[in-house]
This record gives sequence, structure tokens and C-alpha cells, in this order.
Amino acid sequence: MNSREIILETVKRNQPRVAALPEVPLFDPHLPDPWRQFGENLQRMGGTLVEPSPDDGLASVIKALHPDAKIIASATPEIEGTKQLEGVGAPRNLSDVDVGVVRAAFGVAETGSVFLSDVDLGIRALGYLSQHLVVLLDPAEVVGNLHQAYHRPEFATASYAVLMTGPSATADIEGVLIHGAQGVRTLSVVARPVAVASQQAATNSQ
Amino acid sequence: MKRIDHAEASSHFIAEKENEAFHDKRLWDLRMKRDGQRDDVPEWSELRDLASAIKEHTLTHLSDYLLQFEENAKKNGAYVHWALDAEEHNRIVHEILADHKAKTLVKSKSMLTDECELRPYLARRGVDVIETDLGERIQQLDDEPPSHIVVPAVHKLRGDVAEVFARTLDSDPANDDPHYLSEHARITTRPYFLNAEAGMTGGNFAVAETGAVVVCTNEGNADLSATVPPLHIASIGIEKVIPRTEHVAVFVRMLSRSAVGSPITQYTSHFRKPPDGGELHIILVDNGRSERLGMEEFWTSLKCIRCGACMNTCPVYRRSGGLSYGGVYSGPIGIILNPTTDMRKYSNLPFASTLNGSCTAVCPVKINIHEQIYQWRRILSEHNQLPFVKKAAMKVSGRILSDPKAYRRTLSATDAAMEHLPRFLLYTRFNAWGKQREVPITPDHTFHAWYLKNRGASS
Repeated sequence: MNSREIILETVKRNQPRVAALPEVPLFDPHLPDPWRQFGENLQRMGGTLVEPSPDDGLASVIKALHPDAKIIASATPEIEGTKQLEGVGAPRNLSDVDVGVVRAAFGVAETGSVFLSDVDLGIRALGYLSQHLVVLLDPAEVVGNLHQAYHRPEFATASYAVLMTGPSATADIEGVLIHGAQGVRTLSVVARPVAVASQQAATNSQ
Repeated sequence: MKRIDHAEASSHFIAEKENEAFHDKRLWDLRMKRDGQRDDVPEWSELRDLASAIKEHTLTHLSDYLLQFEENAKKNGAYVHWALDAEEHNRIVHEILADHKAKTLVKSKSMLTDECELRPYLARRGVDVIETDLGERIQQLDDEPPSHIVVPAVHKLRGDVAEVFARTLDSDPANDDPHYLSEHARITTRPYFLNAEAGMTGGNFAVAETGAVVVCTNEGNADLSATVPPLHIASIGIEKVIPRTEHVAVFVRMLSRSAVGSPITQYTSHFRKPPDGGELHIILVDNGRSERLGMEEFWTSLKCIRCGACMNTCPVYRRSGGLSYGGVYSGPIGIILNPTTDMRKYSNLPFASTLNGSCTAVCPVKINIHEQIYQWRRILSEHNQLPFVKKAAMKVSGRILSDPKAYRRTLSATDAAMEHLPRFLLYTRFNAWGKQREVPITPDHTFHAWYLKNRGASS
């Protein structure tokens, strides 16, 4: 017998009496206003919430957040950036990116998290090697809690998915909270309805 | 293996007064933050019931779920390996690395790889292993095992870290600002992320329904390890399998809240398929788990999700430090896990507890930790593994406690002695209760004497 067979055989022999699998409720009848709760929790986790007026162009929003950024790489067609993701090759070639820009599929109010998959990130490492991350989010796409989040269809199809909550953080030295551990130093979520995004795109192409 | 002497080992930690005081305070602070989060979630106790029930269901159907996980992971394009023990796990990792001519491995924190002693195994074979979690990195550079499963260097103060970094990473020895030290770790680790041929993570959950490996971290180091190099190896204990994606929600809602009092870790990452042009290898590790599944009193310890809440709340752990337990897992959970791997070596650990039950009360998956600690004491005594001093003391206690008259005689004699004995006789090496603490002032009478005087006449 190989190890696989030995392990499975031993497990089978030793499995205790059968216990039933419970139903998991969504626990969602009395949830607070998702957008407000999302913003509060995002900031509690060290993230920044930006709610620009509908007329503000995305480029100026990013400029205001990161005035000194030289290299901007965007995984969303809503803004071009200065470094193209196509043809980047190995993920390590993203190490010079100052600001990464991505659009999240949805947010989670309970935790202030945003959902990002391969599709949203273009290259997975963009979410981690960039010094700063700007995440676009449609306020209508915020679910109340994690149970609702794990029922979203994106979880079933994504080959890689992350619930990202604020910037990277550590408290490993005397419990002092530090943002910018190994991943991004800051994470800003920009409220930007998909409708506004497509409207601005239409205006630009005219 | 030599028997771990927890009391002796903890005396070294207790001698470091500043470290001990801070350790106690910091971990209690984590416990209080956990309580705050619990109070914010109205369905907390329902979640604990669900988490426990989902784990028990999975463990009682574990072979089926392991097969389902394997099938789906393979469909996703991942390679699935099975390791019977630590030796085989390490061999598999080394073979994968050798196949890819990988010389440098960046890895995130994984108790399982510590359990398997992977790092020294790979070092002997010329592979440079870089721990990238800050706490684990500090411990690696100081050549110490982690002292806590969530915050590995919690027993160190900033000055200790400054000393380690100055010695190993060429930092300014005079600068012990945690911001400076963390930034120094970031800058010196980054080249490894960029140039390593392989990355490694553990796994908090493995979802049978999708073949996904879920990793919960805060520093971004796990995702950097897994997404920058072209090769990702994930090692997972076989007990980490859960049935479906919707079940992840139950555990994620409680993991970080129980661990450090935050609603979620900064990153909850789900690895399902390898990236384009990359490879994902998943190693399912047994290392004693399948045998533990058959131990009637201890199998539920396999429900553990490694949050560390039982450690943070334990008065013995907070005062004695994780290293004194002499095993990869310390604190209450370590007391019940370690003896299953080596009963003799860890025979002292079940006595490093007051059996106050606080560990059981905070456990998010409802493991009856303190009852299992008690059961271990019983089994150790049955296997004749009690240390001599304890055995002798138990014998005397047993005789006295079973005879009320002898008990009362002893009690009043002891009280009198406590009052009149000079310190040098009371605080000796024969009185364990007088070590590192003041013996409390005894009341004027025993309860029995009080009862006879105040109530005895009326009945």
C-alpha cells in the first residue's frame, strides 16, 4: 500500500460515529445599511474610503491620493496607467509599480473587505507587489455579511480569489500596529458606480 | 526523547521580569479584544455550534471528503501529494524543489511545516528557506522555534528584536522603534520574494467541493510567496478539509476574531488553480492525525482551527511563555496535541494547567480542552508516566483526602505552620506553590471550624 492508501484506510477505520452536517443560515434579516458599515469597517482595518463626486475623473482622484506616484499599473479598462500589464511577463516585473488600480467585483460590509479574483487583478501579484492599491467599487455591489459573500457566484468560478481588507499589516513587535508589512502600504477604496464608469468611457470615446 | 520539564523551562522566562509582564499584558489584551468582537456578533454562540458541528461531521466522513478534495484539486490542475509522516512530507517538498532546480524558498507561517521540521531538512540539502512572516522571521533569525502559533515572537520585546536584527540583518542596533524594524524586515525580505524559484504556504481550510486551499494572513507575505514565484507548494493537515465553500464563512467569521480580535485577517486568499504557466502542489499530511481520529477522548482536538485563543486566555501560558512547553504547539492546545505524538516527552505538560476551563470557554470550535487535559493526566498515570515528585505527592494527597479526620488534622497543622514558619522554610524547593509567587494568607479558621461554631449547634 502507498501512503495515500494507508492514510485513507486508517482514517476510515478510525472515523468516529457519524455526525450530521448542519444547515448554515445566512444570518441576514437585520443587517445594517451595507455601504455605511462597509466604510466604517474598511477604515477600522486601516483602509481609506474615497467618495468622489460623479464629475471627478478617475485620474484626478488617483492623482490626489498619490501625487508622487510615477508608475501606475491598471487592471481595469477604466484607466490606462503608465505601465501596461500585457507583456509584463513574470510577476516579479511588477516590483516597480507605485500604484496598482483594480476594480473589485463586490465588497463585504461586515468586514470592510473587497473581493478580487484573477479576472479583477490581471496578474495576481499586482495586488501585493504594488506599493499602494486603489480599488474601485460600485456601492451597489456590497453584501451584508460573509455568509452572503460566500454565496456569490464569483467564488464558484474564480481560480484565485482574495477577500482583501485594508492594507497589509503586522503587530508582531510588541503589538504595535504597522501598515505596510510585506504587501501594499495603503489601500484606498474609491466609490464608483459601474454606470458612472461606462458613462465616462462613452464621453471619452466621442 | 528527554522529558520536557515545563516548570524548569518556564523559570527562565519568569526570570525575564519585563518580558514576562509584557507577555501577560499583551496576551490578555488580545483576549479582551476577542471578547469585544464576540459581543459585536449577535449569533456568536450559534456560530460556535455550527463550526463545531461542521468539523465533527467532516471528521466523521473524513475519507470521503479527502477523496472529493483530491479529485477537485486535480481537476483544477493542481498536483496532490499524500504524506504519511513528517519525513515523507519533507522528502516530497525537496523532490518538488529539486525537480524545479529551486534553491530559494520563500514561505509564510505554517505550524505544520514547523511540526515536520522542514527548515533544517531543506537547509541540510542546500535549499535556502526564508520565513516571511515578521514574527516567524524574527524567530528564524534568532534560531528559536515560534513561542505562539499566531504571534510567534510575542515573548520578545522591541529591544530583543533590535538586537536580533542588528546581529543578522545589519540594522541600526540603537534603533528599536517597531516601525523601523518592520520596515527593515520588509526591505530585506523583498529581494527574496522577487528572486525565489518557489513559494510555500500552509492552509487554514481545504474545501472539498472546489479543491480550493484557503489561507488567512495579515502581512501580504503568503500571497507574495504564492503569486510571485512560478511554483506554489501548500502543505495541509488532513483535518483541515471542510465540505463546501459556504462553510468557509462560518470559520472565517470566527478565526481572526478569536485570534487577535479583528473581524477578519487582512487577506483571506483562495487558491484553486495554478496561475498561467505556474504550478500548484498540495501536500496532504497525516503525521499522526489519522491515529488520533481513533482516540475516543481526544479525536475532537482535530477540530482545532489554530486561532490561539486558548493560549491567550490561559494564566499558565501567559506567565510561562510558549517556549517552556518544548513543542511546536504550546498553551492548552499544545498540552493536548503534543502527548499524542510522544507521551513520555510531553508527560509534564498536562500539569501546566489549573483546569479552570477558560480555554474551553473561548474555543471557537468548542473543543473540551480542559477536560482533555484532565484525561491526559489520567492516562499518563495509567501508563506510569507521572514524574516522581508528582507521584509521591499524589500518593500522600490521596491518603489524606480519602480520610476526613486525617484531612482536618493536616489542614490545621498546615495553617499553624504557614503562620509561624519563617520565610526560608516556607519558600523552599519542596514547596512548588511558593515558587515565583507569594503564598496567600490563610484564613483564621477552616470552613469546617466555622460551620461547627455557627451552624453546628442548631442542627
